[in-house]
Amino acid sequence: MTSEINVAGAERWASALGGAALTAYAIKQLKDRSPMGAALAAAGTALIYRGATGHCAMYEAAGINTAADAGTETKRALGGSRGVLVEEAVTINGSPEELYAFWRNFEQLPRFMDHLISVKQLDQRRSHWVARAPAGRTVEWDAEIVNEIPNELIGWRTLDGADVISAGSVRFKPAPRHGTEVRVRMQYEPPAGKAGAAVAWLLGLEPSQTIQEDLRRFKQLMETGEIPTTKGQPRGRQSILNYD
Amino acid sequence: MKALVWHATNDVRVERVPDPTILNPRDAIVKVTSTAICGSDLHLLDGFIPTMQAGDILGHEFMGEVVEVGHENTRLKVGDRVVVPFTIACGRCFFCEKQLWSLCDNSNPNAWMAEKLYGYTTSGLFGYSRLTGGYAGGQAQYARVPFADVGPMKVPDSLTDEQVLFLSDIFPTGYMAAENCEIKQGDVIAVWGCGPVGQMAIRSALLLGADRVLAIDDVPDRLRMAAEGGAETINFDQESVFERVKILTGGRGPDACIDAVGLEAHGSTLDAYIDKAKTAAFLATDRPNALRQAIHACRKGGIVSIPGVYGGFLDKIPFGAAFQKGLTFKMGQTHVMKYMKPLLDRIERGDIDPSFVITHRLPLDDAPNAYKIFKEKRDHCIKVVLKPHTETVH
Repeated sequence: MTSEINVAGAERWASALGGAALTAYAIKQLKDRSPMGAALAAAGTALIYRGATGHCAMYEAAGINTAADAGTETKRALGGSRGVLVEEAVTINGSPEELYAFWRNFEQLPRFMDHLISVKQLDQRRSHWVARAPAGRTVEWDAEIVNEIPNELIGWRTLDGADVISAGSVRFKPAPRHGTEVRVRMQYEPPAGKAGAAVAWLLGLEPSQTIQEDLRRFKQLMETGEIPTTKGQPRGRQSILNYD
Repeated sequence: MKALVWHATNDVRVERVPDPTILNPRDAIVKVTSTAICGSDLHLLDGFIPTMQAGDILGHEFMGEVVEVGHENTRLKVGDRVVVPFTIACGRCFFCEKQLWSLCDNSNPNAWMAEKLYGYTTSGLFGYSRLTGGYAGGQAQYARVPFADVGPMKVPDSLTDEQVLFLSDIFPTGYMAAENCEIKQGDVIAVWGCGPVGQMAIRSALLLGADRVLAIDDVPDRLRMAAEGGAETINFDQESVFERVKILTGGRGPDACIDAVGLEAHGSTLDAYIDKAKTAAFLATDRPNALRQAIHACRKGGIVSIPGVYGGFLDKIPFGAAFQKGLTFKMGQTHVMKYMKPLLDRIERGDIDPSFVITHRLPLDDAPNAYKIFKEKRDHCIKVVLKPHTETVH
């Protein structure tokens, strides 16, 4: 999707908006999604940046000191307050029961999590995950459920030996008149070297955006039964060089 | 198939492109029998809407015959004759369930772009830039319709294409604008802009019981059509709009004002020239001249209803006047699906025949020329209908 973005158009419009701080903010957000950003991420530099600067701010923003918080679970799972924590939420027009049931069947997660190739349930608690990595490679890891409240919460962490040490939770909370609030928290320890680059690529320059898009696709799938797309629709000639 | 393709500002061409195919289970493919050029297509032609890409197929007012349906679509079948609403909606989210179809959560594949600019995404639209989904439009021989079990409405064979085509956009848009005026007995409604949406708004306001409608424009053909529809007209080139509106309403102002112009308003007042200079110099995006007048002229406690399209940031809006006079604002893209059936009923009953607005009927092959005629308002042009399956005869 990223490569389709017409940054030139957005920038042109941005300049039209003339100096408003609000606009600068909006356009910065647009530009953060540029192919250049993705390239940076692939190079692994983003991870270093995030490791150096992202930690405390994100940690505080997530407010994980609250005792009843799902963040506590991820923190405990990682054995302390380490790594990067991101939190995203979406409201879905559906019951906690049906959303929980779909998510709990991990083997269905690749239907809306773009970077996943497959998830295989090994037993009630453990599962094996395969995800896309740069240059046609894959990364794999095992995970286990560390906390579970039916129709409310699933908490998991990667098992020892995984390249990517991470923990996460998804919480389903009824929102009267609106359905269910689905809140995901992910905490992970940025590894170094090759694996670090892979993780950076996996999660993109902005991991919260990856999770946000995953949650959006989850909502679309749950509410409409499909994920809207324009991939494969007809287009006219895109360059005057091809025009006859 | 053939389709009208956007290449750059003031550069649209008819080209051969691949036929559309079913991409999702609830899709349908429609063979387009009639399609129209909308005033908001001119914003694309003029380069006022960001995130267009060379190669985009335009068009959001169309109808035709269903030629293929996805396996999850149980509402349509091959051979159905349907009008397609310009808004794309899933039918199952919080907003669709409340009939706020143009605010659908799920139909914009580029939702994140809209979120960055507007906070939250609104619905996908046909042929209207990446920002609203990047869906290929209906100024083509065939079109793919997503969530086709929600939007397209079957129409009876007793009505012609021209009688029902405008249920896709301008009739519901003009009608919603009038409905937003909450018209009560004795109300006077003023309408800025007598293009196709303004024309529909004028007639809708009268259908909804307005006592009188004042219509404001500077194009004689449009003013004539407004007068034929029952409006009292004001030519802003020849008289002061505010003074005239005030006199015609006994000094109190219209009960509600409709801005059927939108972001590319032109005018002959000082602020209009400043707007033009600013947008030319990229210091503002939209030119809200008509909106300013509507706010200024509206009576105390009145309603300003805005069907005209805005996309970005507006300069020098008289917010003080709006606040001090306690105005109510109602606006937004049309919730087309809410109005299609009731308005079809009105057409069948003979309350209105929306085809009155058509001045030009041309083959799709002539679309680039049709855009030009429409934009420059040449040859008395008010509304163009294109026929995608008619060959040009030279």
